[in-house]
Amino acid sequence: MSTNSSTNVAHEEEHGHEHVHDLRDDYGSKLGMWLFLFTELLLFGGLFLLYMAYRFEYFPEFQLSAKSLKIWMGGLNTIILLTSSLTMVLSIIALQRRKIKASIYWLITTISFAFGFLVVKYFEWSDKFSHGIFPGGEELALKTQGEKIFYGLYFSMTGLHGLHVIIGMIILTFILVFIVKGKVSPDRFVLLENGGLYWHLVDLIWIFLFPLFYLLH
Amino acid sequence: MSDSTVSTNGDYVNFYQYKGKHTGILGWLLSVDHKRIGLLYLGSMVTFFLVGMTLGFFMRLELWNPGQDIMGPQTYNALFTLHGIIMIFLVIIPGIPAGFGNFFLPIQIGAEDVSFPRLNLFSWYLYTIGGLLAVASLFLSGGPIDTGWTFYAPYSLRTGTEVIMPLMAAFILGFSSILTGVNFVTTVHRLRAPGMTFFKLPLFIWALYSTAWIQIIGTPIIGITILLVVVERLFGVGLFDPAMGGDPILFQHLFWIYSHPAVYIMILPAMGVVSEIIPTFARKTIFGYGAIAVSSIAIAFVGTLVWGHHMFTSGMSDESRWVYSFLTFIVALPSGVKIFNWVATMYKGSIKAETPFLYVMAFIFLFSIGGLTGLVLGSLATDVHLHDTYFVVAHFHYVMFGGTIFIFFAALHYWFPKMFGKMYNTKIANIALAIMVVGFNMLYFTFFILGYLGMPRRYYDYLPEFQGMHQFATVGSWVMIAGILLMFINLFLGLKNGKKSGNNPWGGMTLEWTVPSPPPLLNFKKIPTVKYGPYEYEHYDEVTNNVN
Repeated sequence: MSTNSSTNVAHEEEHGHEHVHDLRDDYGSKLGMWLFLFTELLLFGGLFLLYMAYRFEYFPEFQLSAKSLKIWMGGLNTIILLTSSLTMVLSIIALQRRKIKASIYWLITTISFAFGFLVVKYFEWSDKFSHGIFPGGEELALKTQGEKIFYGLYFSMTGLHGLHVIIGMIILTFILVFIVKGKVSPDRFVLLENGGLYWHLVDLIWIFLFPLFYLLH
Repeated sequence: MSDSTVSTNGDYVNFYQYKGKHTGILGWLLSVDHKRIGLLYLGSMVTFFLVGMTLGFFMRLELWNPGQDIMGPQTYNALFTLHGIIMIFLVIIPGIPAGFGNFFLPIQIGAEDVSFPRLNLFSWYLYTIGGLLAVASLFLSGGPIDTGWTFYAPYSLRTGTEVIMPLMAAFILGFSSILTGVNFVTTVHRLRAPGMTFFKLPLFIWALYSTAWIQIIGTPIIGITILLVVVERLFGVGLFDPAMGGDPILFQHLFWIYSHPAVYIMILPAMGVVSEIIPTFARKTIFGYGAIAVSSIAIAFVGTLVWGHHMFTSGMSDESRWVYSFLTFIVALPSGVKIFNWVATMYKGSIKAETPFLYVMAFIFLFSIGGLTGLVLGSLATDVHLHDTYFVVAHFHYVMFGGTIFIFFAALHYWFPKMFGKMYNTKIANIALAIMVVGFNMLYFTFFILGYLGMPRRYYDYLPEFQGMHQFATVGSWVMIAGILLMFINLFLGLKNGKKSGNNPWGGMTLEWTVPSPPPLLNFKKIPTVKYGPYEYEHYDEVTNNVN
């Protein structure tokens, strides 16, 4: 990432009689964002801890249940998210190189990929729901405790991740509007970078969720 | 006090007089000025403190006689739960960092504001929404929550009372706490004045910095734990429900992974305030600056590894238990470093026993009792006997009330002239403190004895032989409340008709004493260049004459 205009703290006096200093500190903004991402990782960390404990306790049931998840659907979503991370970076680079149109185009592509992820997720979850496998579902009620816990974790973790995808889409859409309005510009793109960081986090968490639920059986 | 006549008032606009885009109440509610936000927090906290205190007052009344006096067991359960939630999540955790931290962190490091002023205001809104949700949950159909402030599963999954709303309140408060933490860490890294290296930071800043890190590391864990209980109640995924294969002990682990470090979120800022007050009133460089600074970080670090000592009797392997017990003892080391350094600072100092200093003395006395009884609970053999008795309640109140809240009051008296530019009646303030200390010990020391004799906590009823001690404690609660009310009334009168305090009534050396009281909007006319450490009194004249 380019670091021009981001290492020193600059003061800009706002116009008019409003003597409020606008403190611009791009490096500080990114530092704050990284700290926030750290808290997001820990939020999921609690769930990963539960996964670890329960996988240890219910090892055979976890292996059995994992077989029922469709690898191709999870795999497709993995490809979608990884590609969306690429388009996210392309959008940032385009803006840094003053190609505003390209930046907007890549950002829209990223948001579309995020939407695509949710569509696949929707079909995946409705497939499970139609088989009576959801918390409180009649089919799941007949299964063993270990399987119930597996699906409990599956729905909690992919659900929370899905929520983050939606939040990420909202954030990126706001940034898109800011780029169109010129508030985020080739001279002031730290917001886009931070949005990108958030999006990479969403991607990263999925990269751990995919093998834990789909591949380990 | 001699330099209180030197004042630059009149030739500057302080942050109360400053007219921004909005005026009146909106000038406060939409202000991104860290000083106004700090005062918003302080106002909210004092309000919530009085609510929590009232709940405690009624709990003590109920315990006047054995059996039912003024309320049934269900109401009593709701009262101690809400007392805990309000006092912990709304008063003690945000207390010093969000209130005084917001007001003084930027000034003490020589900055104009925090790194993210808008986020700062947003945090206050989250805090207020969380607080209102917690109070509103009292009036919902299910009835007020009765799980205790720890929300232990599986009871929190089963109880018919309203659990989701107070849990969401705690989640939102946690989010507010995280954002404040992120803001403070970034501010300390990015906005220190020229020359202000890390080892020239005032010790209050070191404490806030360590606290902010615990907020960042710990709070997300309780966030997810709380969310899971909500999800569990809504959908029944079974993660903490033994009927579905879940493990309630895992809830306790996740809960205490945050909530034990949270204890240090509560106490570290208080220790920071003590490290400010003692050198100011001893007129002397603090003894062992580096040791105190590093001990804050050490407490923050070791504090994240000791959560298991809350679960000695919950079901854990013996290996885990002695490891947690051992780690718990280690926390006493950095805490001891602080206490001894404070006392050593006073040695051969020219001590002025003003009100804030007297509060600190009360703190050292009460906190030492609280800390040492913590070791009694930290060792396995005694803990099995004392677990879930009044001994724990007494320990907790000595540490949290005698520690954090007393220092909250001390900070209120120490920085009052800086925040409002006026001085309260110090004589009445001292009398209020004396009354509080007497009432406090009558109330909570009795708890130690009751607990040792086997009085379990969280019961609205007790055996007849405990009646004398319970009544003594209840009388103590009245004495203490009288002292607290006298203190607040005195401060309020000081706010109304106190005389002008001047810029530096106590003779402090940190940067906030070099700016006018109350400070102007952006704190400094010119960002200062820092040459000396915060308590180097040999440079007192040079530092304080360089008035902004």
